[in-house]
Amino acid sequence: MPRLSVWFIRASMLYLLLGLFCGALILIEKGLFIYAAIWNLFPLHVEFLLIGWLFQLAMGVAFWIVPRFGKGFSRGSEGVVWASFVLLNAGILIGALQFWFPVALLIGRISEVCGGILFVIGSWRRIKPQTKGK
Amino acid sequence: MPLLTRTLIKTAMVCLILALILGIALAFGATNGFFPAYIHLLVFGWITQLIFGVVFWMFPKYSLEKPRGSEALGWWMYAALNLGLLLRALVEPLQAARPNAFSGWALVVSAALQFTAGVLFVLNSWKRVREK
Repeated sequence: MPRLSVWFIRASMLYLLLGLFCGALILIEKGLFIYAAIWNLFPLHVEFLLIGWLFQLAMGVAFWIVPRFGKGFSRGSEGVVWASFVLLNAGILIGALQFWFPVALLIGRISEVCGGILFVIGSWRRIKPQTKGK
Repeated sequence: MPLLTRTLIKTAMVCLILALILGIALAFGATNGFFPAYIHLLVFGWITQLIFGVVFWMFPKYSLEKPRGSEALGWWMYAALNLGLLLRALVEPLQAARPNAFSGWALVVSAALQFTAGVLFVLNSWKRVREK
């Protein structure tokens, strides 16, 4: 497994834990009605689990297993996909500040979109038939 | 394919079918108390459980002696995930319709079980995510 996939997948596991923790607090609030402000965690619960866990895990596994190139960098321009990793995670974390700074949600989403576009650019040419030496 | 993976994937498929049936019930106007159960059966019971099964099967080996880490931990994870999910699917609509102490505390147990499942998955898989 390449280093970048390790980072993607381990980060996704951390978001799984964060997302489940937020979800658990919300479910406890549903059961016991202790502190209604817990519901403010709902957007984070969704963001951590959808973008942080599911999307990021898919990106890490895709970077690992889709066909490689035969010459030069075997997985294409890794720098572009590293930038995608940084932007995606910066976007999730910046977006998590939305409760205190509402504008953080917009900045975070833009960062996530840039991360997603860079991932597609970095992976596009690898979606090809498996041929020898190409 | 190991037994735990087969069990996880088949249970995930059952969750998918249950969620889709619940989706029909929602379309016929079942109360919104069922909506969280519908979403969680799809996202946690289906997609996430399927991923857990495939990760246990296909990720790099933990060691020669224990290629898939601790199988017992994997089974505890399976039990916690599905008990937690089943409990919430049964009790959450009750709590939404008529809140009471029993269903309230059942949701607390469900929350603890689902979070525990995630922790056990990460504990068992973390070291298998490594560079070759």
